[in-house]
Amino acid sequence: MSKDDTTIPPRPRSWAYRAWDSDVAYSFRTSPVAMLAGLVAVIIIAMAALAPWLAPFNPYDPSQLNLMDGFTPPMEPNAFTGNTYWLGTDNQGRDVFSTILYGARISLFVGFSAVLFAMVLGITLGLIAGYRGGWVDSLLMRVADVQLSFPSILIALLIFGVARGFIPPAYRETMAIWVLIVAIGLSDWVQYARVVRGATMVEKGKEYVQAARVIGAHPIKILVRHILPNVMGPVLVIATIGLALAIIAEATLSFLGVGVPPTQPSLGTLIRIGQQYLFSGEWWILLFPSITLLALALAVNLLGDWLRDALNPRLR
Amino acid sequence: MLAFIIRRLFQSVIVMLAVALVSFSLFRFVGDPIASMVGQETTLAERAALRDALGLNDPFLVQFWSFVARAAQGDFGISYRLQQPVMELILSRLPATLELAMISGIFAFLFGVGFGVYTALKRRGWLSNAIMTVSLIGVSLPTFLIGVLLIWVFAVELQMLPSFGRGDVVPVGDWWRTGLLTQSGRMSLILPAITLGLYQMTLIMRLVRAEMLEVLRTDYIKFARARGLTNRAVNFGHALKNTMVPVITITGLQLGSIIAFSIITETVFQWPGVGALFIRSVQFVDVPVMAAYLMLIALIFVVINLIVDLLYYAVDPRLRVSRSHARH
Amino acid sequence: MAEPLLSVRDLVVEFPTRKGVLRAIDKVSFDIAEGEVLGMVGESGAGKSITGTAIIGLIEPPGRIAGGEIWLKGKRIDNIAPEAMRRVRGRRIGMVFQDPLTSLNPLYTVAQQLIETIRSHLDVSEKEARARAVALLDRVGIPAAARRIDDYPHHFSGGMRQRVVIALALCAEPELVIADEPTTALDVSVQAQIIDVLKEICAERGAAVMLITHDMGVIAETADRVAVLYAGRLAEIGPVRDVIQKAEHPYTQGLMGSIPTLAQESDRLVQIPGSMPRLNAIPEGCAFNPRCEHAFERCFRERPDPLDRGTGRRVACWLYDRVGAGA
Repeated sequence: MSKDDTTIPPRPRSWAYRAWDSDVAYSFRTSPVAMLAGLVAVIIIAMAALAPWLAPFNPYDPSQLNLMDGFTPPMEPNAFTGNTYWLGTDNQGRDVFSTILYGARISLFVGFSAVLFAMVLGITLGLIAGYRGGWVDSLLMRVADVQLSFPSILIALLIFGVARGFIPPAYRETMAIWVLIVAIGLSDWVQYARVVRGATMVEKGKEYVQAARVIGAHPIKILVRHILPNVMGPVLVIATIGLALAIIAEATLSFLGVGVPPTQPSLGTLIRIGQQYLFSGEWWILLFPSITLLALALAVNLLGDWLRDALNPRLR
Repeated sequence: MLAFIIRRLFQSVIVMLAVALVSFSLFRFVGDPIASMVGQETTLAERAALRDALGLNDPFLVQFWSFVARAAQGDFGISYRLQQPVMELILSRLPATLELAMISGIFAFLFGVGFGVYTALKRRGWLSNAIMTVSLIGVSLPTFLIGVLLIWVFAVELQMLPSFGRGDVVPVGDWWRTGLLTQSGRMSLILPAITLGLYQMTLIMRLVRAEMLEVLRTDYIKFARARGLTNRAVNFGHALKNTMVPVITITGLQLGSIIAFSIITETVFQWPGVGALFIRSVQFVDVPVMAAYLMLIALIFVVINLIVDLLYYAVDPRLRVSRSHARH
Repeated sequence: MAEPLLSVRDLVVEFPTRKGVLRAIDKVSFDIAEGEVLGMVGESGAGKSITGTAIIGLIEPPGRIAGGEIWLKGKRIDNIAPEAMRRVRGRRIGMVFQDPLTSLNPLYTVAQQLIETIRSHLDVSEKEARARAVALLDRVGIPAAARRIDDYPHHFSGGMRQRVVIALALCAEPELVIADEPTTALDVSVQAQIIDVLKEICAERGAAVMLITHDMGVIAETADRVAVLYAGRLAEIGPVRDVIQKAEHPYTQGLMGSIPTLAQESDRLVQIPGSMPRLNAIPEGCAFNPRCEHAFERCFRERPDPLDRGTGRRVACWLYDRVGAGA
């Protein structure tokens, strides 16, 4: 560029301003549903993350428990101890509000970890399939097809079952949460792989990849640098909806009694426990964890839906 | 046409063999089959003899082949947990699952298509908006939670419907015991069928709606209107038929999912089907039952896939031609 | 003068969008006489197709006819009940769309689609409808019509399909056919045939045609009169020969300059500088003023309404409003 170039470049704005001014942010600010869903999700996630500091009790510290407090209805003093609990207590006298905070913490931990695992696995396999092509690609995509034709909850159940078979009984309890994460993650990698594979196949023919090879750089490195930004949008959408699915999958498996061990109850476990007291009238043990799970899943789902529409204006 | 069927059949066999391989590996490598068959006091020599007698020392392919051959005859061995032949266990519980799946499939299809068409045609009506909002909650609501909430409302609070079991069953034929012919059997079916079908219904509904909106935008629908056809003819004669082509595929595949999802519903309602059996087998690492269930589900999926393909073929005239031409 | 078959008066079509209301058609008026062929030309987005869609009452919501009137043989049709309008479509006004590949429902045979249309409008038996359909297919030039009528659309080539579409538009014997770029999607080699079939068969039946196209050549050969649209407004209308030989609106002059003719010795086509304004950015005054070399102060201030120029011509241009001042 010559010095006498008279056009003044626009003043570079801060990244915060650009983020605020982007189409996606605009769509967020003008969508009441997205804002409400975002608010609910942020509140639940924050409360779960801060559970040890926010919860009035540590429900899994036996020294804080008093069996006499069991089955206290919400906002009513207990008949024996006179203690009042916001959302009541469960059969063992645990404060329901505290168990929900700790339960949501486990649900979210499993959910986020499973999504992360699925994402890393899917992106890696997608890159490999797209770059290598040939039989590697055929094999991976065929596996993906077969897996996709089965419901992911069934896949997760099977993987969980098989993994339990391989793990010696003594470790089954302690390993359960990790097995669960792997099982849910393995059941959900396909969509990431498909998106990344498609993008890789488009990019790998381009000249800069060939050029990279000429100068001796490994093409995969170049591809990663170019493809990942391109697929960020779709991957984010898949991950958000995937998070809702993972939370539901975890809750379902725990409800079925094949998920997290009873010593680390997630929202699903709490609902399983609550169901047992439905017929005897202790509805709060069931209701409040259910509402939390529903609010969390719905909020994340709505965010995913909104994100998909916001990043894909064609669909509107 | 024949070539197409044969090709599909061949693919189905490949898929079944792949699933059989997974099943077999499960059988062979998860836990020690000998340990789960014999008592603590069995000596090492006896174990080795048993190992030999069972063919566990044969080459992998030989073992796999004999597994497939036995599976094809319905022999999946003895359940570790219940000490009964696996096939007997599954057969005795299959009718319960199939009846539940059928009823919820019909429920999901009828209401899914109905609501989908309605919301597509009355896109801006308040009822459409209400249905869409509720459906979004339906998609987010885990199946088990729907079941629990339904039990709470209809069984605990209103005491209108039973909350567990199949009610009275009567035999039909040799081994099929049906709940459809008794009053209590039908009442018991209502809540589980809704629980199982609700998610599929929302899926079908959203799919029908999206497809129908897509079809309503096409030129041939515009042209059909420009020809002065009645709304009825355009919406139900033209748009719905074209909508149903892709919907059939996915709906058919959903039927397989319903059977798989019945695991959850059966657990919630203590429904004596194969899904509940499977969950127990996962909890107790009862490998023969897990392997057999896997094969069963795969078989159902493959058969449904095949039927869906043929149905698709019957509905869409373009396929008939392009296929037969493409083959020459 | 006899009552026109179709009379469009000050038609306004609007589409509300997030960024305000777009006027796709702004006070367009024209007539079509019985049996006449009216060509309608203009660039993409000038409002040709929307005019056609508005006439048959199929503007997609949220778009709407926001003003003006449409009369068919002395009866208003722009505000009648949906069921009454349905009886007009196909029966009194037929329509041919641009793309024959997508105009036919792939899941029904040609016979099914023809018979269904005939029986929606005429009280005839299935057998009678089929006989008529075969005769019509034969007339539009489908070989072995009696046999091919039971084929599905994908069995036909593009040109053949457009013949089927024409048969469908004509099968209930309408008085007016609106043909919206009927040849644009076809091979050049069959374009002329399709136009000929359309013109002949309409002439036979005394049906008027509104031929929407951006091809002045087709208009010159086919139409009796031509209407020129620019940015949703009528620029000029008049008998085809007059308009081609002596275009009066500067935009029409530009359009005519863009037709290659064998007689023309000049070796380059005249191009109008600039491009048509977007609907949300139409300038004040005359919509053509930014591209017009004759534009003067009044053109930027006041919008010209079509001025009667005699012999059935109307031109929306201030150049002709000054007494004695010609172009």
